Amino acid sequence: MKVITIDKKGWASGIEKTKSAFQVFGPVKEKEWHSFKALGPGEQPDMAYSNTRISPKFLVQPQSEPMFTYSLDEAVEDHHILKEVRKDTAPKAVVGIRPCDAAAFLIVKRNFDAPQYQDPYWLNAYNAMTFIGFACNTPCSTCFCTSAGYGPFNEAGLDVLLVDVGDSFVAKSLTDKGDTWLKAGGWTSAADASGKIEALMQAAEAKITSNVSTDKLKTRPTTQIYEAPFWDDVAFSCINCGTCTYSCPTCWCFDIQDEARGTSGIRMRNWDSCMFPMFTIHGTGHNPRGAKVQRVRQRFMHKLKYYVEKYDNGIQCVGCGRCIRLCPVNIDIRKVCNQMNDYDPAACVCPA
Amino acid sequence: MSGYQDKIKETAKRLLKEGSVEMVIGFRKGTLPMMNEPCFIRRPEDVHQLVWDSNCGINLANYLTDRKEKIAIVAKGCDSRNIVTHIIENKIKREKLHIIGVPCQGMVDKRKVAALCAGDIENVTEDGDVLTVTCQGAEKKLSRKEMLQENCTLCIHRNPVLFDELVGEPVAEQTGIDRFAEVRRIEAMESQEKWQYFEDLLAPCVRCYACRNACPLCYCPTCFVDESKPQWVGKSQNPIDIRTFHFLRAYHCAGRCTDCGACERACPMGIKVRQFTSKLNKDVLEMFGWEAGMTLEQRPPLDTYKPNDPNDFIK
Repeated sequence: MKVITIDKKGWASGIEKTKSAFQVFGPVKEKEWHSFKALGPGEQPDMAYSNTRISPKFLVQPQSEPMFTYSLDEAVEDHHILKEVRKDTAPKAVVGIRPCDAAAFLIVKRNFDAPQYQDPYWLNAYNAMTFIGFACNTPCSTCFCTSAGYGPFNEAGLDVLLVDVGDSFVAKSLTDKGDTWLKAGGWTSAADASGKIEALMQAAEAKITSNVSTDKLKTRPTTQIYEAPFWDDVAFSCINCGTCTYSCPTCWCFDIQDEARGTSGIRMRNWDSCMFPMFTIHGTGHNPRGAKVQRVRQRFMHKLKYYVEKYDNGIQCVGCGRCIRLCPVNIDIRKVCNQMNDYDPAACVCPA
Repeated sequence: MSGYQDKIKETAKRLLKEGSVEMVIGFRKGTLPMMNEPCFIRRPEDVHQLVWDSNCGINLANYLTDRKEKIAIVAKGCDSRNIVTHIIENKIKREKLHIIGVPCQGMVDKRKVAALCAGDIENVTEDGDVLTVTCQGAEKKLSRKEMLQENCTLCIHRNPVLFDELVGEPVAEQTGIDRFAEVRRIEAMESQEKWQYFEDLLAPCVRCYACRNACPLCYCPTCFVDESKPQWVGKSQNPIDIRTFHFLRAYHCAGRCTDCGACERACPMGIKVRQFTSKLNKDVLEMFGWEAGMTLEQRPPLDTYKPNDPNDFIK
């Protein structure tokens, strides 16, 4: 594993150099918040950012993604035949992605890259990515990555981990892809900074004061949590918008739609959300999750119970805190996770 | 304000104890600074959870839709006007409600406060007109009045219009307010400039529908954007579909919107969605002399016909 030092004075020129080998994405401030954007010539990632408002999952799974095009015009030879939309699979580098967001792709990968089925759209896009992570020296008050199983300096899912050590970045190359990116930037001076990184990591982890307990989620009987009396209270304030699921780096659900205008059409896949009543409505009109409380429960049960049981790899949450900060009515996954984890029916004084 | 809070708790306790209501809908303290969470209380011993301060901007009338219980609800001016609208539109029965009216002095816009602080806000307390914000260990004093939601600065109905009891003396209503300056600014734009303005305004929209779902007016069993038989609106990020959603939603709210600001407050992307509803509020006021939710005695202009209704739009 290579550890390289990048003097901040040589950072911008190096980023420019990488653009000949990669399409480069980085955090850019627009209005009051940051989001990942493709960086044109001369554009630099804003490394003074904290995190993006919406997670960077859209780089791999766009909110609306064309899959096929078709023609309904019978005068055209290949009418009614779906034609695959060509995708850009040229190498892309995501510079400055936070460790939580990169680790989230590994969670989502379990769904899109399963032994039984591999999703070509997601995988092709994911495989084209090189993730240049940026360790969090100053986590937010809503970050709980450490107790979710990750951390501000977590390396899972990254090709390079950058650590801001003041006048320079220390770049830890973690994969071959990472080596290629560093080479493309012309950064070669070896660094000896392991002590420094360790100290910064400990300081960052110590700043994270919010946490969740997850130790009992796996063993608690599913029906016990499902039938727990707290769901009405948890769900009451929910307005069933898609803010939590759309901002979440680990929510992967989608919906496929044909959109035709005149005789030409596109088959798209769009983000969907378990918060929406339409998500589960059957062709018959029956909706198995017709009530708000059922949808709210589903979101938490999926992330914190079904996923935990199915994959035995922790919770389906990296602790980025976006859903907590953005929820219009302050539904807080930390609180709900602890309620689920600590729920003991024997000790329960059930609310009326 | 803390006087209000004690009175709300006291009233809630009394009503639950005497059994005249089955539940009280109010706010409890949130887990983040400047956030309170709508909640329901069913037992007198739980009323201590109820809070009241400048972070109660969510419109609680939204939580009444089609409920059958006997409910006590905490209502500021705009909430009470949406309760009136709900009663007129048969979404709740007046006799099922005990309205605990709260004279309001405006709600704080957390985005305004956040924009003035570098980094995370750790804590916010309020005392009269002073907000004390703790940010990265440093304290900052802000004027509460200057941090209000825009709709609150333009509000002329701070006192509840319908209530069973008030938790405090009515507050003085704001006068001499130019409520539609912003609408006039947009009206004055050339069409190309206006088009660009709306495009920029809606560019960040992710179609999460937080604006719609936070709105007490949006109670349709199936919203036109969700309808699939037939499908009126596409589901993708196509700007035409996004525009259609916002424009049509605003029209559905014409003559019903109380400018409570819940839509704007809820938007995770900070889109000023009131830009649309404000225009229609202005039109309805100018054409019909109507403000939504002020009386139970009269039907809103868009569900009645009068021979002298304005018809200048017929050309």
